[in-house]
Amino acid sequence: MTEVTQKFNIDTVEHAAQTPEQELPWAELGLKDTEFEEIVKLLGRRPTAAELAMYSVMWSEHCSYKSSKVHLRQFGEKVTEKMKEHLLVGIGENAGVVDIGDGWAVTFKVESHNHPSFVEPYQGAATGVGGIVRDIISMGARPVAVMDPLRFGAIDHPDTARLVHGIVSGIGGYGNSLGLPNIGGEVVFDSVYQGNPLVNALAVGVLRHEDIRLANASGVGNKVVLFGARTGGDGIGGASVLASESFDATKPSKRPAVQVGDPFAEKVLIECCLELFKASVVEGIQDLGAAGISCATSELASNGDGGMHVELTKVLLRDPSLTPGEILMSESQERMMAVVTPENVAAFEAIMDKWAVEYSWLGEVTDTGRLVIEWDGEKIVDVDPRTVAHEGPVYNRPYNRPEWLDSIQADSFTGSVQDAGRPQTPEELAAAVVELISSPNMASKDWVTNQYDRYVQGNTALAFPDDAGVVRVDEETGLGVSISTDANGRYSYLDPYEGARLALAEAYRNVATSGAKPLAVTDCLNFGSPEDPEVMWQFAESVRGLADGCQELGVPVTGGNVSLYNQTGGVAIHPTPVVGVLGVFDDVARRTPSGWAEDGQAIYLLGTTRDELGGSEWANLRGHLGGKPPVADLAAEKALGEILVNASRDGMIDAAHDLSEGGLAAALVEASLRFNTGARIGLDELCERDGIDLFTALFSESQARALVAVPRSEEIRFTDMCTARGFAHLRIGVVDAASEALDVQGRFSLPLAQLREANDAVLPKYFD
Amino acid sequence: MTETPLIGDLAAPAAGSALSGARIGVVTFPGTLDDRDAARAVRLAGGTAVPLWHAATELGDVDAVVIPGGFSYGDYLRAGAIARFAPLMDKIIDAAKSDAKLPVLGICNGFQILTESHLLPGSMIKNDHLKFLCRDQVLRIENNTTAWTSDYAAGQEITVPLKNQDGQFIADEKTLDALEAEGRVVFRYVGFNPNGSRRDIAGISNAAGNVVGLMPHPEHAVEAGYGPAHTGTDGLGFFTSVLNKLVGGK
Repeated sequence: MTEVTQKFNIDTVEHAAQTPEQELPWAELGLKDTEFEEIVKLLGRRPTAAELAMYSVMWSEHCSYKSSKVHLRQFGEKVTEKMKEHLLVGIGENAGVVDIGDGWAVTFKVESHNHPSFVEPYQGAATGVGGIVRDIISMGARPVAVMDPLRFGAIDHPDTARLVHGIVSGIGGYGNSLGLPNIGGEVVFDSVYQGNPLVNALAVGVLRHEDIRLANASGVGNKVVLFGARTGGDGIGGASVLASESFDATKPSKRPAVQVGDPFAEKVLIECCLELFKASVVEGIQDLGAAGISCATSELASNGDGGMHVELTKVLLRDPSLTPGEILMSESQERMMAVVTPENVAAFEAIMDKWAVEYSWLGEVTDTGRLVIEWDGEKIVDVDPRTVAHEGPVYNRPYNRPEWLDSIQADSFTGSVQDAGRPQTPEELAAAVVELISSPNMASKDWVTNQYDRYVQGNTALAFPDDAGVVRVDEETGLGVSISTDANGRYSYLDPYEGARLALAEAYRNVATSGAKPLAVTDCLNFGSPEDPEVMWQFAESVRGLADGCQELGVPVTGGNVSLYNQTGGVAIHPTPVVGVLGVFDDVARRTPSGWAEDGQAIYLLGTTRDELGGSEWANLRGHLGGKPPVADLAAEKALGEILVNASRDGMIDAAHDLSEGGLAAALVEASLRFNTGARIGLDELCERDGIDLFTALFSESQARALVAVPRSEEIRFTDMCTARGFAHLRIGVVDAASEALDVQGRFSLPLAQLREANDAVLPKYFD
Repeated sequence: MTETPLIGDLAAPAAGSALSGARIGVVTFPGTLDDRDAARAVRLAGGTAVPLWHAATELGDVDAVVIPGGFSYGDYLRAGAIARFAPLMDKIIDAAKSDAKLPVLGICNGFQILTESHLLPGSMIKNDHLKFLCRDQVLRIENNTTAWTSDYAAGQEITVPLKNQDGQFIADEKTLDALEAEGRVVFRYVGFNPNGSRRDIAGISNAAGNVVGLMPHPEHAVEAGYGPAHTGTDGLGFFTSVLNKLVGGK
């Protein structure tokens, strides 16, 4: 360490210019030889050790989006003016900001923390929450809720319990300590995620329009301050050597590259930042996440007047032996950087002192167009900040459609070997329903979500297991938002273009089912290695599908995150584009819960059912993955969404549940178990109308469908609305509180107690 | 707030304005989370919520105090152990013990702070199942003569959220016997003991009944639609109890 320290310490810009032949560890830092050559060309000399550290993290896949950029452009290109109507801040900032009316705005974003969570589940997942929450604060917003879409390997694999326990308690341990209600997400088990669990974290914040803050350093002479936790040796190279490479058993453990979280420090940071915003004492602000100070200084400078001067020895350290390069790369958590005018310095310090938050003034904004970093007065970094932050390499990586896809798509579930013995008798169908809802993916996720605080802040109107999480924004008016995240890796594996549109369709449908009007989209695109042309094709198709889908539905992507290299050895995960949709309510009191509770209400099935079992949960249970996924009919989704939103607003429905994984069977069970209220259902008319057998009616995953419970007094008004809009609707039953069963008439009756037991027992069996 | 729902015989707005004269302090420590919720509960019950800062050296003009939930100082040493030494806590301890018997309610982390302050006996350790648990919990009101429970019937069962990691109430047998004998077990878990607490105890009081602490969260069950499904306002009685006592001398 001593030797390295000295080497870094003496490696000034001047020294670098004099020693062009000096060997630098660029390959170990994750840079390719062409990238290193480009850095030398940009600087006109070899980089200093500190400059190399900065470029290596900022040009990593994680920070620079170098493989994905050329495709992500579509999100901007396919946005119409009409779609941007509610957009106050779009892609490119820490998070997008959406106007929800009455002067209120919402900012939301989903990010991945996949690689760290595999290496060190508790801290990886915890700091995933911490990072996304700081993105939300950076926009000037108060964080009001979080959600966590999670994907694990097979539930019975020996390593899965380690990851589930660590990741769930990490999310809970961090999020609960911040006072943020966890209102939803996903928990999926599939062996494709065995060595590459997906830990995505979404946060949402609220603010007044006038409170929007951006990450830029403007105003020559303004002071640059670093505040929050001290800088330590954790998370060095997290973005480059961890998040931007595949796992490989032959390489040493990467645990030191995982950050360690301190939720108490973050909670104090939230309150202290909100007080700074209220007092208007910061000009620009940026959170420190991936790439730490390298990212914050270069992004602030390049978004502002273009220059910044920083003295790095002023950074408060946990470990005094850190080298300048390590300080620049450290991903220690709970830190923020702000730009403050000289007049506001005293006011800034008073707020820091009130919250007992440590801070240090690092330097100031300049108009030189250079980011200059000194170490004890000696220049160790002198770069154009744009070349670090925004003008990194861009790759148009080769991609091609996998040859194996044709044969996979030709292998439909219906008629396959695995479909032999399809349940047909009443007894077989009843057993199939129980088998479905006691499968890992359809089982109750209470074991997970009961470890999260859903009540804190007192504004949670719906949370897991409802279709979407709903929080109130304005206590006076009831204005609020609804959010859902969804993805189906099997659908995307079978057809990545359609899979992305299906993920969007489901999230959109969930938000509409809760009664909110969908407004905007965030995404977390989880894929394998971009260096594999087939994975790259999956990625390109997914982005194209999502961008097209957003255009069809009229909801813009406001920001998100790409996570590549989710593969171990040569095997990639299923393409998993997690899509988050945000919707708005004029009054969250009108929200629609996902289960029925009122005896005698009529149950309607909206939409049409086809033989669409490709990639379905049922096919998965039978070990089959082939054929085509269900068709995403976004025009139908839009029509269904309008019906659900209008019906909620006008009090025509008291419950609504979307049909997705597990089809009608899963939806009927979930809607009955939500408030422990049974139903009598008849499906003969549905089978006749749609030309399907009872099995298909129960287990097909056709899209644009929902179940609703309609009060008797509203039935005519509701059916008239569906008829007028030309949307298929069929009364399939009635809520029957006394029965305490789900009764499919003439076929089978399943007591709710039996369904509850089957649904609840799965996760405790594996994890308690 | 608009259209504040009140319970009991309190009719808005006359009763609301009558109660608004009662000022209930809500303490914020670094790491406190449910302070805004507790203040909202006070307002919804008709009272006036007064924010109190942990570092303040004077209690100021308040008639009662709520110490809300959260993770004060991260619970890093032991839940409530550091918050107990805040300057304001000395004032709260003095006022609670004085002849004026300042009503004090500690919820969750607030309860832990009250035991660390020795205003209440016993202590909380990690839940027996070792996980954080959030659920809608049924409680029985065992004692409706305290400052914070007088609007409930003795034996009444209420449902309020519970959410904690260190919620297992423990004390030695002698202390537990004394608490039972003196009627100081104010709340008991019904149907399911969520954390292994001795004798299903969810909350207790001091001998005078002005200081009450419990692990579940009544402040999260004060507004229909934002608490436990279908029974969302069972917690409001905590706040109307103390307001009625302060204003009506009940």
